[in-house]
Amino acid sequence: MFRSQVLVCGGTGCTSNHSRELIVEFENKIKEYNLDKDVQVVRTGCFGLCAVGPVVIVYPEGAFYCHVQVDDVKEIVEEHLIKGRLVGRLLYKESEITNVTALSDTNFIKKQTRIALKNCGVINPEEIDEYIAYDGYQALIKVLTTMKPQDVIDVIKESGLRGRGGGGFPTGMKWQFAANSINDTKYVCVNADEGDPGAFMDRSILEGDPHSLLEAMIIAGYAIGSHQGYIYIRAEYPIAVKRLGVAIAQAKEYGLLGKNILDCGFDFDVEIRLGAGAFVCGEETALMTSIEGHRGEPRPRPPFPAVKGLFGKPTLLNNVETYANIAQIILNGADWFKNIGTEKSKGTKVFALGGKITNTGLVEIPMGTTLREVVEDIGGGIPNGKKFKAAQTGGPSGGCIPASLIDIPIDYDNLISIGSMMGSGGLIVMDEDTCMVDIAKFFLEFTVDESCGKCTPCRIGNKRLLELLEKITSGNGELKDLDEMEELCHYIKENSLCGLGQTAPNPVLSTMRYFRDEYISHIVDKKCPAGVCRKLVKYVITDKCVGCSLCSRKCPANAISGKLKEKFMIDTTKCIKCGVCYENCKFGAIVKE
Amino acid sequence: MKTIKDINAIKEQMQAKLIARDTANTETETRILVGMATCGIAAGAKPVFDTLMDEIAKRGLKNVRVTRTGCIGMCKLEPIVEVIVPNEPKVTYIKVDSNVAKRIVAEHIVNGNIVKENIVGE
Repeated sequence: MFRSQVLVCGGTGCTSNHSRELIVEFENKIKEYNLDKDVQVVRTGCFGLCAVGPVVIVYPEGAFYCHVQVDDVKEIVEEHLIKGRLVGRLLYKESEITNVTALSDTNFIKKQTRIALKNCGVINPEEIDEYIAYDGYQALIKVLTTMKPQDVIDVIKESGLRGRGGGGFPTGMKWQFAANSINDTKYVCVNADEGDPGAFMDRSILEGDPHSLLEAMIIAGYAIGSHQGYIYIRAEYPIAVKRLGVAIAQAKEYGLLGKNILDCGFDFDVEIRLGAGAFVCGEETALMTSIEGHRGEPRPRPPFPAVKGLFGKPTLLNNVETYANIAQIILNGADWFKNIGTEKSKGTKVFALGGKITNTGLVEIPMGTTLREVVEDIGGGIPNGKKFKAAQTGGPSGGCIPASLIDIPIDYDNLISIGSMMGSGGLIVMDEDTCMVDIAKFFLEFTVDESCGKCTPCRIGNKRLLELLEKITSGNGELKDLDEMEELCHYIKENSLCGLGQTAPNPVLSTMRYFRDEYISHIVDKKCPAGVCRKLVKYVITDKCVGCSLCSRKCPANAISGKLKEKFMIDTTKCIKCGVCYENCKFGAIVKE
Repeated sequence: MKTIKDINAIKEQMQAKLIARDTANTETETRILVGMATCGIAAGAKPVFDTLMDEIAKRGLKNVRVTRTGCIGMCKLEPIVEVIVPNEPKVTYIKVDSNVAKRIVAEHIVNGNIVKENIVGE
């Protein structure tokens, strides 16, 4: 029996912040003080507050320590574990005034509803017994002993759960289609190929609670009549792949995978397939082609995977987060789930908060929460007193939500109606220093790079679209380019083969819709209002200059000259617009124009 | 291979071990504070703390959190244990040992009867 438990985050974010070394140090120090029988060190999945990592929680107090370094371990052990005094300087500070001790008391957690992330940061993901302790595999037991396959599908349908991968297709209907297809062999697949820049929801679930995915897959197999599952996960997620491997081995050892599961006469097995990191492989037909061992390219639908999918057999394909909801719905009932969220979007959604936001990290909110609550309350606002300008949802397939729509409740249909989409859950916050034309260009560069090249509208159309954007950001744009871009966007959307091409122009369309004035100033005034587009920025030294010569010494292009103690000048023909002078000036005498 | 019975047995066994991590509801939980500054530890707060944890785990009590705290200020009366049941006045126990700790859990936490012999000021 351990008196205290030290939970150290082992998610990818904290691991790259050296949380592994922390665990070793904790174990060493605890041994040194003969506490190893009293204190247990546990490596968990992501807590969600990646911005303040590496994070450590010490129970039973629930004290939440941030930015913990190896050197701090000694103090935590000596002060907290031995003497019971919290180490105040490391506690999470919600604001300058209040020191909040327990994570559960912070605004960050209080405003969230955790269903898919229920166990993330709570259990040791490599220990099946801990998952079992938190009701793990109880849903499977309920399904195998008391429910018929159709009962399971009915509950999922009734719950109103929709696909969390982005499209929002009703999950129960998908299951029903797969169940209705008659075939000896069917497959259950997981899309864990999370490719959106800035999105890490699925990774965190896999790293923090891999058994929840396995349990849901077995339930899905039972519901649709399948005995084999595949998890398609990108090889760039080494920690998630490893933990999934451990989880599968443990589940097999316990007889939760394999023949005659729990002595109930149902067989199901799971295999992992690694993807090589192509964005298009997140598209369902390309994903299945890749599992089959071919080049990951999409094919036209229909036939839909539920009729003819992997290896030509009926296949059920859902996203990781969708599966992570299944066991909870089975255990708590469809009515419980239906009570969370909005009329047409039930339950919660996990978002990876990123960009210009204080609490970078992972949050799970009930559908219908407003963007303002996410940004200001949970996210802790925009750092450095800057103003909120827009948020991008849905990554390269989505669009932006401008500040004027910050009070819109987030759900599938609202986001579509304002020209964005839920997407898989990346939520990138942008402040006034962000250039919206540049953002559109960034996402389009990504999709151009990731287009598989099979169909012309996507391969060539997006490339031409990008060229037009580059023309505008380099100061050569004409007003007629905007009309051409709009026309081209619609062609690409309507004629592309798969979801990648059909959604690729969304960032361009939505920034043109809400920030047309920025496009106009790039084109007409040849200026970038946010001062981002390098070719349009002009650095000028103002009269504040005291002639310290620092800028001229720092300038890599020797473009700045002048006499000491007199105002310096920038030679615009030599200036490469790197901004070094601007960043280094101690007197704020250099401005962007 | 495990049967359903095995899985349920693991669940029960593990739940007791993980009880310390159960901080789900801060508004309705009962909190037991053990003064564990130098004075408390010297007077024997550690075995008291351990006993409290053991008893709670043994009984599978949910929504009870044992927390270490610093010096409560009456060092000569240590070990001090404070019990805060929601919507009830705080009860402070003094000179607690393992036996008293057991009684606190059994009589106060479970049955709602304060252990009169050890409350402060009596």
